[in-house]
Amino acid sequence: MIFRRRYGCLRRQTGVVLFLSCLYAVSISGDAQAAEWYAAQRTPELVAVLLCTIIVLVSIIVARRKRFYIRPLPGLQAIDDALGRATEMGSPVMYISGWGGDLARPTTMASLAILAHIARRAAAFGTPILFPSHDPVVASAAQDTIQHGYAAVGRPGLFRSDDVGFVTQSQLGYAAAVDGIMTRRKPGAVFLLGSFEGEALILAETAHNVGAVQISGTDSTIQLSFFLVACDYTLIGEELFAASGYLSGDPLILGAVRGQDLLKIIIVIVLVIGLVLHLCGISIIIEWLG
Amino acid sequence: MLRKIPIAVCAVCGVFMAAQYFIISGPVSDLYGAVLDWMQIIFVCALLAGILQVVMSQLKNIARPGSGRVYSSIALAGIAVMVVLGFGWGISRGSPFLWMFDQVQAPMQTTVFSLLAFFVASAAYRGFRARHAESVVLVLAALIILLGRVPLGEMISPLVPQTVGWILDVPAMAAKRAILIGIGLGMTATAIKVIAGMERTYLGGR
Repeated sequence: MIFRRRYGCLRRQTGVVLFLSCLYAVSISGDAQAAEWYAAQRTPELVAVLLCTIIVLVSIIVARRKRFYIRPLPGLQAIDDALGRATEMGSPVMYISGWGGDLARPTTMASLAILAHIARRAAAFGTPILFPSHDPVVASAAQDTIQHGYAAVGRPGLFRSDDVGFVTQSQLGYAAAVDGIMTRRKPGAVFLLGSFEGEALILAETAHNVGAVQISGTDSTIQLSFFLVACDYTLIGEELFAASGYLSGDPLILGAVRGQDLLKIIIVIVLVIGLVLHLCGISIIIEWLG
Repeated sequence: MLRKIPIAVCAVCGVFMAAQYFIISGPVSDLYGAVLDWMQIIFVCALLAGILQVVMSQLKNIARPGSGRVYSSIALAGIAVMVVLGFGWGISRGSPFLWMFDQVQAPMQTTVFSLLAFFVASAAYRGFRARHAESVVLVLAALIILLGRVPLGEMISPLVPQTVGWILDVPAMAAKRAILIGIGLGMTATAIKVIAGMERTYLGGR
């Protein structure tokens, strides 16, 4: 009861603070004194950030009481099948977070969250994971994630530091190195989840050539089109970010996914209103967002 | 404590990095510059650790019997030669380091990049097999765009390049923007989860 009371209080406080912040940001946007330190031209972005924060946080809070449904994603449902196939073949699995992102990028964070799940499942199957990285910081975080995943299912001895680590920062050098590892080790499943650039198709096609099941997802719309034709399963757009909630079943993370959906509905409504107003000769929304 | 301190540091830094975007003041800009400098310092330390790991891994491969020995020896020799050339003669124009880069690394990178042409063809072959309705749409759109991008399309009919423009500007752009909106929202939600301490995979899943 006490928790609920405190919790309700926190929820109200968060909402009120963020709402007032929104109002304050809008109000000072035209104030000359505030303009000395506040980037007034960024007010629409500030309002958008605060709105997103409010909705995601409220959705997370609501998710503690109510369990949300998340539609099945074929790419994520196929993870266990891919791991099982690699285990039956006696092959390792390979996880690639792409050349395009460092640890500061949310896509890499989302990718590491999926890696944590795959590491636990692979350890349960007794299948080693190969994780070549272009970024030493990502490699270090991935080492910790995989090691922890192996330890979580009681198989810490399965971890080999040589399988997870930094390769090179050169984009095509990285592609060549990963291709070489794939060709030599012949993984049964290859996960291409993260920020990819020009190396995406080289990696996806090599994975196909060695007979691996490919599960992919990226935040790059250009590379997404390559993955769609080259890979067995592809996570499109926000599915990559929803994956950690889907796989972990964590109600808080599912709440964030719910928040994303609500934001999408709001964006569609704003777009429709903006369109109708524009057709009526009123361009206030377009000008404000522009 | 091992978990709480990094989460607190992450939350403070996350809020600061978001706030500094909207604040134009000297001290905040200076602090932002300092944060970026520290990021570089941390990155260089991690890079050194990464290079050390690569060297150790290659040494282990050399110690192990098998065909991998040759590749690992070449990799180690390459690292050693570039380090010696870089520190010995610098990396300026006309230096042996740059010569090695231009004459050895650049052609090798070009070779790997050229593989894309073959991979595009093989991926297109698999992707464009008309197995279901979506594939048929994909094949038709691809054919129209290919035709519209070469002089033959214009010769067949002026409508072909116009159709290409419409496909790229209307249905393809609409889909691309929808995906981008989803990705943007996903990134925002992930950032909020990280700042709020709900997403802790960067701590090794602790």
